[in-house]
Amino acid sequence: MEKITLEICCGTTCYMLGAAPLLKMESLIPKEWKEDVDVSAVPCLGECLSNKLCNAPYVRINGKIMEKATVEKILDSIQKIIKEKQ
Amino acid sequence: MSNGAEFMRRELMIRFVRAFDKDNMADELDQIAVQLRPKTGNSSRCCVYHDRAVIKYRLMALLGISSEEEKDETKKLSEYFSELKIDPEENNKRAAQPLTVCSAGCSGCPESRYIVTGNCRGCFARPCQYNCPVGAISVFDQVSRIDYSKCIKCGKCAAVCPFNAIIKTTVPCEEACPVKAIKKNENGTAEIDFDKCIFCGKCFNACPFSAIMERSALFPVMTHLKDGVKMIAMVAPAAATQFPGTIEQLFTAISKLGFDNIMEVALGAELTTQNEAKEFKERMDKGEKLMTTSCCPSYIEFVNKHLPAFKKFVSDTPTPMAFAARLVKEKYPDVKTVFIGPCISKRVEASRTPEVDYVLNFEELGAMLAGRNIDVISQKPWQLPRPAIATARNFAKSCGVTQAVLTELMGANSDFKLKTKFMDGIDKKSLTMLKLYASGKIPVNFLEVMACKGGCVNGPSSLTKK
Repeated sequence: MEKITLEICCGTTCYMLGAAPLLKMESLIPKEWKEDVDVSAVPCLGECLSNKLCNAPYVRINGKIMEKATVEKILDSIQKIIKEKQ
Repeated sequence: MSNGAEFMRRELMIRFVRAFDKDNMADELDQIAVQLRPKTGNSSRCCVYHDRAVIKYRLMALLGISSEEEKDETKKLSEYFSELKIDPEENNKRAAQPLTVCSAGCSGCPESRYIVTGNCRGCFARPCQYNCPVGAISVFDQVSRIDYSKCIKCGKCAAVCPFNAIIKTTVPCEEACPVKAIKKNENGTAEIDFDKCIFCGKCFNACPFSAIMERSALFPVMTHLKDGVKMIAMVAPAAATQFPGTIEQLFTAISKLGFDNIMEVALGAELTTQNEAKEFKERMDKGEKLMTTSCCPSYIEFVNKHLPAFKKFVSDTPTPMAFAARLVKEKYPDVKTVFIGPCISKRVEASRTPEVDYVLNFEELGAMLAGRNIDVISQKPWQLPRPAIATARNFAKSCGVTQAVLTELMGANSDFKLKTKFMDGIDKKSLTMLKLYASGKIPVNFLEVMACKGGCVNGPSSLTKK
């Protein structure tokens, strides 16, 4: 199976508005999925440059932007992708 | 993100910075509230109109103007903005009183008391009634009732109830304040008594309505930077863990905001350590029994306002911020110095320290970086002329000062008897504790006091506080 890419925006806006806990994402992914997910912290994804600051923090999962990302939302999304592939 | 109040505060700060960078800041300011809370959007309070009213006061605080200064409610932000002047004296006045209460945002929480909830089963044992020392509890219709004319709020009833049916309602700001400096005024909203306030910021962090605000120094600092005034950023040791990336990358990011140079305040902490160790030895040689640290400005306010008799025990050694600023001004007398840290009361200290011109907190720094789209992790490392020593960089953590002084003393005199204690955070019991230390009943000769539990790294404006 192709790996799922999870990119966490480390831009200062996202960091200030809630990305800080997401930077520990790597350790929060359940063991059985570890092999399937590639987590990286990336520089600003550019989403906050529009006027929609209030939807930060942003992450990108398999190329798709997620707004107001939380640990729970990210895990849900990964689970969904894994299920679809199976 | 730990809560919505924090989110709102930071989002508004970033918008403020972005508005500043536009040509028509005055108009932008008037528009932010509506842009953020359009009539068709969601509200955080009862309605978008209430939200907008609060946003106006928050933006005033970001301009450095307190809500209490308001004389004419119809005055627009653009009008306040056009009257703003950059005046060192005015700036010092603001810094000396850095907190303001937004009465429009204050919920006027009902007075703290014990209440019987629906969980009461009107049990046979009725331990609440039997344990109440003032006979304030009686049972009607199989439910316990508290007679508030008798209740002394001791909490025994809540402690003994087998159903956890009795709970305490609280006023978060009053509960958090260690010195009873915040109370309701005649309008039923919170008011700070600045004769008692020690600017520890506990109310600021505790208020779930975010009604307690800091008066920002963003406007004068950004204006100076824009005008090309030479400025040096003095970055507190607590900065090390604030942003993703290394401290060297953070320094490069700060330089991109227009600062002429960056200095580690830890270099000042080295001088504080040397001088404090020397002072301690001299004091002990003279036969004194106790010396306490002096680097936490809220602790200094606490002693000055609540236990002046304790002043003689407080070290006279200047703080790392003061030393760092002296180093800068000796070399470059004409530059402006900007201290950047996690602290509210450093603003007060700066207002009394001629060498420090402005204070920014980490949220304000983060907002400036975010507003200008500067990522810390994308920066090249800054070349430090000399990195500060590890013990000095460690000042911001619990016991950091003690460890530094201890290491310094051990180098000079290995048989020195240092009996240390650490007051980890100032709370409601601290006054009693200090009196106990002063009495000499506790064997201690070096006492470190930090107003924030865990040290400066958990300061009120820290981005990573626990």
